[in-house]
Amino acid sequence: MKPSVQQRETTGWGRYPRALCYLFRPERVREVAEVLQHGGMSSYLPRGLGRAYGDAALNSEQGVLLMERLDRYLAFDTETGLLRCEGGVALADIIATFLPRGWFLPVTPGTKFCTVGACVACDVHGKNHHHDGSIGNFVRSLTLLLPNGETVRCSREQNADLFYATIGGMGLTGIILEVELQLRRVETAWIVVDYVRTRDLDETLRTFHERDANYLYSVAWLDCVAQGRGFGRGVLMFGRHAVTDDLPPARRPNPFVIPRKRDKSVPFDLPEFVLNPLSLQAFNNLYYATHPAREGILVDYNTYFYPLDSILQWNRAYGKRGFVQWQCVLPYENGVKSLDDILRTAQQRRTYPFLSVLKRMGESSGGMLSFPMPGYTIALDFPVRRGLFEVLNELDAIVLEAGGRLYLAKDARMSAETFHATYALLPRWREVKAQVDPQGLLQSDLARRLQIVEGGK
Amino acid sequence: MRRVLIVGATSPLARYMAHEFAKQGDALFLAARDEDELERVASDMRIRFGATVHTGLFDAAAIETHEAFWQQVLQAMDGLDGVVWVAGSMDGLEEAFRDPRAVRRLIDVNFTGAASLLTLAACYFEQQGSGFIAGVSSVAGDRGRGQNYPYGAAKGGLSLFLQGLRNRLSKKGVQVTTIKPGFIDTRMTWGRDKLPFLASPQRVAQESVQAILRGKDIAYVPAVWWLVMLVIRAIPERVFKRMNI
Repeated sequence: MKPSVQQRETTGWGRYPRALCYLFRPERVREVAEVLQHGGMSSYLPRGLGRAYGDAALNSEQGVLLMERLDRYLAFDTETGLLRCEGGVALADIIATFLPRGWFLPVTPGTKFCTVGACVACDVHGKNHHHDGSIGNFVRSLTLLLPNGETVRCSREQNADLFYATIGGMGLTGIILEVELQLRRVETAWIVVDYVRTRDLDETLRTFHERDANYLYSVAWLDCVAQGRGFGRGVLMFGRHAVTDDLPPARRPNPFVIPRKRDKSVPFDLPEFVLNPLSLQAFNNLYYATHPAREGILVDYNTYFYPLDSILQWNRAYGKRGFVQWQCVLPYENGVKSLDDILRTAQQRRTYPFLSVLKRMGESSGGMLSFPMPGYTIALDFPVRRGLFEVLNELDAIVLEAGGRLYLAKDARMSAETFHATYALLPRWREVKAQVDPQGLLQSDLARRLQIVEGGK
Repeated sequence: MRRVLIVGATSPLARYMAHEFAKQGDALFLAARDEDELERVASDMRIRFGATVHTGLFDAAAIETHEAFWQQVLQAMDGLDGVVWVAGSMDGLEEAFRDPRAVRRLIDVNFTGAASLLTLAACYFEQQGSGFIAGVSSVAGDRGRGQNYPYGAAKGGLSLFLQGLRNRLSKKGVQVTTIKPGFIDTRMTWGRDKLPFLASPQRVAQESVQAILRGKDIAYVPAVWWLVMLVIRAIPERVFKRMNI
């Protein structure tokens, strides 16, 4: 039977760009192969819950497979915490199922509304990257459906090239049907957080270096509007999983129960004038003022890891033209100067991000197209405006010069030249791609724009 | 703890109905045709809920196998407290408008198979003097429409069959529930534009199991379909036959 298809205008989380895609939604594992074979499209792309910001999960005028219905747990070892599940399982589901039993995600991005398969395909990182690296480090094995219809297992020992091409491979090497993921033992659903407020960029970076080795989690909010003496000031948030003894006595009997928050939502697109230099300055000042240094604060995991998840459809706050998130990593050598350059250039062009997040990264997972490398990573949100992309091109040049790179899961606009100059293992990745997908059946708008795939169609 | 058989257990609706029972600590026997999917759904429920889950292959259209299957279920579960029939399919509907074998296949899967297995269930529960039977029919069975009458006729037959069972078994302490879902957001409706009151399989499953546990006779899910079908059934035939809905 011909698989049902739905034609729909589709976007990433940033709602820029938009693309007309042909959506398939398999409900049985067998249907995935049926779509590839009988879907009637010349290329396909797997998609999770659409939380990549730009065009990573778009395939204009072509097939997109929504993997969300393939969300079954297949095996769980209660002793070791090794979970085998289908790629369409959402992180929120893993938390809801396993946190009450004392297991948490080994690595989590800033949203739990994404699938585990997509997290592997983007080799996502979290606030513990300096300590643990990205999610790829916790993947024991993957089961992939290759474009030729074959199902293969890959791991560090078996089909290792395919494994490292798929970790961070943006869904282009095969469809991730199953993931074997090592979960993390925790005693409670709470995080103990130490807040440190810094006066300038120098102090922000110094505090990271001095203190983040002592914490599993670390991240800084950066004030990108402040100029002069307060340039680069911020609030660092260091955290570790609370043990039972950290909880007040009343909470100890139920260490995995956290207060329920009412979800809020942005019901419509905010007009674009809402985000302007003045309002951003006010917001940044307010945030800075309300986050003094405090030690040992108990915060539930939702508030700590997913502050924006409780505001449903927060992407509408950036107006109907959407927004881009620009995230780079800068190696330590010259990293401070490059970071300084980036923030100053944005300020000089009066291009202020709404949110900016800084953290230190550790070693790469070895994924050939993985983003992380040792250094500083900074993520900046910008509403799409006239002139924005010119400014971002200037920022790209600084990253290129510094030997860093941009994060594919967030990118919507960098040039193919920049990509090719910054992802050194691309030739090796292309060898694997040519082996497993000689016809180039798996494609995406991102892959075409950046010419990731040789002779992409 | 109840012991419940779910037939057609690999569809999203059946899977989430099984979840609702498992959440309450019930033991389940899941039956379907697709062995690989069946094992995935079963292992998922064992991990999610720590549920006792048995599985067995079952083909609704292969009626000669039903008695042996029924014995297999009784043996595995050491008796039974409820049967939920969810199996059903619209596959082959296009062919069924022209091909007699296709229309027979559609009716076997959606009606004859159910009538066969539920007859075995009815006798068992009747003798036991307790238990429940629930059948997932469809609002499509409430009125024949040009677009889907081979499917609608089978579901309409199932609704009547369940009604008859209810009349027979209500005196014997056995409850029979007819579930009539509207459009569910699954493979069956994917790709069809702007369906009214499209509901997630999770929601339909929750409301269906609620109806069963509350001992309802007939449940439209979501409930708005009761009103919709009241109106649709009220249209005089001489008007309805000209309509295209």
